[in-house]
Amino acid sequence: MTHIDLETIPWKRIGTSRPRLEARSKVTGRAEYIHNLALPGMLHAKILRSTVAHGRILSIDTDAARELEGVHSVITSEDVLRVIPDPYYGPAFHDQPILAIGKVHYVGEPVAVVLARDPYIAEEALHLIEVEYEELPAVFNEVEAAKSDVFVHDVLKPAGTFPDLKHLAGRQKTNVALDFRVRRGDVAQAFAAADHVFEHTFRTQQVMHTPLEPMVTLAELKDGGMTIHTSSQSPSFVRLEVARLLGWQESKVRVRTAFLGGGFGAKLYIKLEALAAALTLISRLPVRVALSMEEQFYTITKHATTFRIKTSVTKDGRITGRECEVWWNGGAFADIGPRVTQKSGFTAAGPYDIDNVSIDSYQVYTNLPPAGAFRGFGITQMVWAYESQADIIARALNMDPVEFRRINLLRDGRPHATGTIMKDAALLQALDCVAERMEWNQPFDHGSGAVRRGRGIGIGYKALVAPTTSMAIVSLSADGSCFVYAGTVDMGQGSDTALAMIAAEVLDLDPETVRVIHPDTDVTPYDMATLGSRSTFHMGHAVRLAAEDALLKMRAMARDLGMESEGRLDAARLLVRRYGMQAGNIIGVGSFIPEYISPNKETGQSENITPNWMVGATGVEVEVDTETGQFRVVRLENVGDLGTPINPKVVKTQLSGAAIMQLGASLYEEMDFDEQGQLRNASFAEYKIPGIHDVPASVHTEIVDAYQHNGPFGAKGVGETGCYGVASAIAAAIEDAVGVRLTSIPMKYETVCRALHASAPHLRSEVP
Amino acid sequence: MSKTAMRINFTLNGKEVRADIETHHTALDVLRNVFSLYGARESCGQGLCGCCTIIVDGNSVSGCLYLAAALDGCAVQTIEHLDADGQLHPVQQAFIECGAFQCGFCTSGFVLMSKQLLESNPNPNDAEIRNYLSGNLCRCAAYPEIIQAVRLAADRMAEAKQEAI
Repeated sequence: MTHIDLETIPWKRIGTSRPRLEARSKVTGRAEYIHNLALPGMLHAKILRSTVAHGRILSIDTDAARELEGVHSVITSEDVLRVIPDPYYGPAFHDQPILAIGKVHYVGEPVAVVLARDPYIAEEALHLIEVEYEELPAVFNEVEAAKSDVFVHDVLKPAGTFPDLKHLAGRQKTNVALDFRVRRGDVAQAFAAADHVFEHTFRTQQVMHTPLEPMVTLAELKDGGMTIHTSSQSPSFVRLEVARLLGWQESKVRVRTAFLGGGFGAKLYIKLEALAAALTLISRLPVRVALSMEEQFYTITKHATTFRIKTSVTKDGRITGRECEVWWNGGAFADIGPRVTQKSGFTAAGPYDIDNVSIDSYQVYTNLPPAGAFRGFGITQMVWAYESQADIIARALNMDPVEFRRINLLRDGRPHATGTIMKDAALLQALDCVAERMEWNQPFDHGSGAVRRGRGIGIGYKALVAPTTSMAIVSLSADGSCFVYAGTVDMGQGSDTALAMIAAEVLDLDPETVRVIHPDTDVTPYDMATLGSRSTFHMGHAVRLAAEDALLKMRAMARDLGMESEGRLDAARLLVRRYGMQAGNIIGVGSFIPEYISPNKETGQSENITPNWMVGATGVEVEVDTETGQFRVVRLENVGDLGTPINPKVVKTQLSGAAIMQLGASLYEEMDFDEQGQLRNASFAEYKIPGIHDVPASVHTEIVDAYQHNGPFGAKGVGETGCYGVASAIAAAIEDAVGVRLTSIPMKYETVCRALHASAPHLRSEVP
Repeated sequence: MSKTAMRINFTLNGKEVRADIETHHTALDVLRNVFSLYGARESCGQGLCGCCTIIVDGNSVSGCLYLAAALDGCAVQTIEHLDADGQLHPVQQAFIECGAFQCGFCTSGFVLMSKQLLESNPNPNDAEIRNYLSGNLCRCAAYPEIIQAVRLAADRMAEAKQEAI
């Protein structure tokens, strides 16, 4: 899959740190975000949301709202149905109505919209709409919902995109939207023969991404079709899905983005775009749908999970069998949840060499806000459980936790639980690196008195989501400028710079002279999405191939013109000679889809379940106040295996940023619902994300020396790697400090305090 | 003119301006909709994240909460003013060199607050930097790099001052 042997070229740019191409525009406040966009004559849309978790809509009285001066119109599902007869959307299931039809499924579901030129008037009119509901019983917990006789949807409607969901079509009286399984060896026999068997249940909570640029979409009817300007991570999918909803050809739907003010998975697939499309069709005017921070909590979230994990080990600490049952709280609409359930589900047994594995992973509908992709795509929930249990087992066997992992970690050449042979997964290197950084073999001062100290490590891994496609175009113009047309969305990960560096490396240019064209489906070719740390690998390859194609075309042109065709070629000289003036382009194209074999439906086995494995390890030190339970993470060591770091400085910021973000989910963040499913804390006043004071005094980040054999320039993804091991390492450090074991996140001071008072009174200074 | 409308006169980035506003409009409304200045942005809408930071009469305020009417007679500075002479402010330069941002949405606020800090305390220690910037949130969590950038800018500004003497 290559035209040119890149390994024989001495790289001048790859692996050398450089500021982002857009750095100046970001520090001067001039970077372009869709947030800043206003269209002439546009209407502002404000959304009325369901106040009940599950209920039939008996009536919607919009008269008073319509009469408010300045209101353009009030829109309900009746209006939507007139322009879009089947207005259900979603990447995995067509279960989400543009506006509620007959029934609401969670508190916060969009029910009606007010359109007005003045957003303040639209907001005011919302309060004049009266909705009458007949409340239905609701179900919130994922384990209960899996067997409940309260059903969130009457019938399952898989989208047809994913072959492994097709069998669910038409299924009734269930909340389980995917039951994925892996079977390897004989777990029952392993348990029967084991020296020790451990069984635990770990829980994670529902959290929200809170990108600081709240989701925003503008739609307008233009050029005989529709143009959608949106803060989306997946413009190609938006075009495809809006075209399907409207029954139009893709050529009539144009989707463009700008820089995103954060995404983290929240802005994936289709979010506000379907509503914006419907509203502009109904009103025949440009429409802006912009969420508040509060509304984002009602739009997409991260799955809460319950994970029962049972493990057999020999007396020397070798894991012989593992049984995993994971329930994913998918909320009211599937979004991409069934993919999370499968793609993270198959890693649930951890990066360990285990002969006997059984995994069941259930995507479950509940009457809560929908859950979808969130930085890590389900991996952090898995790592929390298997690494927490690793520490518990090591402690029970009186083994060093690093040693326990070293014994059991998968080596390259060994089969993963799915049967895929491991390759280029620097698990041992990452473990050794974090242990070395932590000076693990040195004595550690646990302190005495009221403040005790502890340390912990954790390691996780993720399989790159496959199979997905990226396409790219590289165009050289007659002054030698280079343009990269790529659908990758730069939401802070520095993809523009990385892609420019890749094209520049192949073409021997200064990356500063490369212009990366932002996603615009009328201009940039197909890209599956910017998600799951896939862009460096997939789009990196596509851009590399496109640049190589352009280079080969330049060589051919040089030969035709009788010019020197080897070494560095100058597009400007070639084009001016070819066309007699500053004119023309040299255009290279590239496409990439990795090889992949989908897992067997019964056993989850596959010879090639992923193109590569991303590995992250974390070390932490904590200080715990034994009187109050208050603890501080004082040290954070992040280690990542990402193959070749394309731009090391940016990569390190990615690793530490992911780790600090995960401090939030580990320690503070939790969507807090009452027993009626009402969210109590949908704002930064009550939902705490990490601030500058929460950053440990010592943060250090290391990249292990590794090479991904099938990656562009040996690189693979990194956007999520830093978050894997954080939570379990903190739990281990707390246990190391004060002997309290936590099995749920977020880990709160009061939980530690209560546990200390109950289980470790000797640590309280007032007790002699 | 509606009865809630009013005219305000103020200095914006060194220039006398006026605007016709409604009394419920925020400072952000007038900056964005009248003057097309987009560096200050509404994110949390509650004055808790700092993305909407602007400087009014020398004090940093949350533009999402500060009423436009209150700008009347004031001197307002936004991020767009920092490189008005074509030169980046030392804080901006340091943010670039330290890689102190990812998505950039919060960056205007952090840059303005860092500038404010260094004007009142030219040589802050890490605790002072953290304290001063604790009202600004960065979801990409580029905090370690932001702290580095403030230190670097402080050093550069001290050197420049030394050279000027």
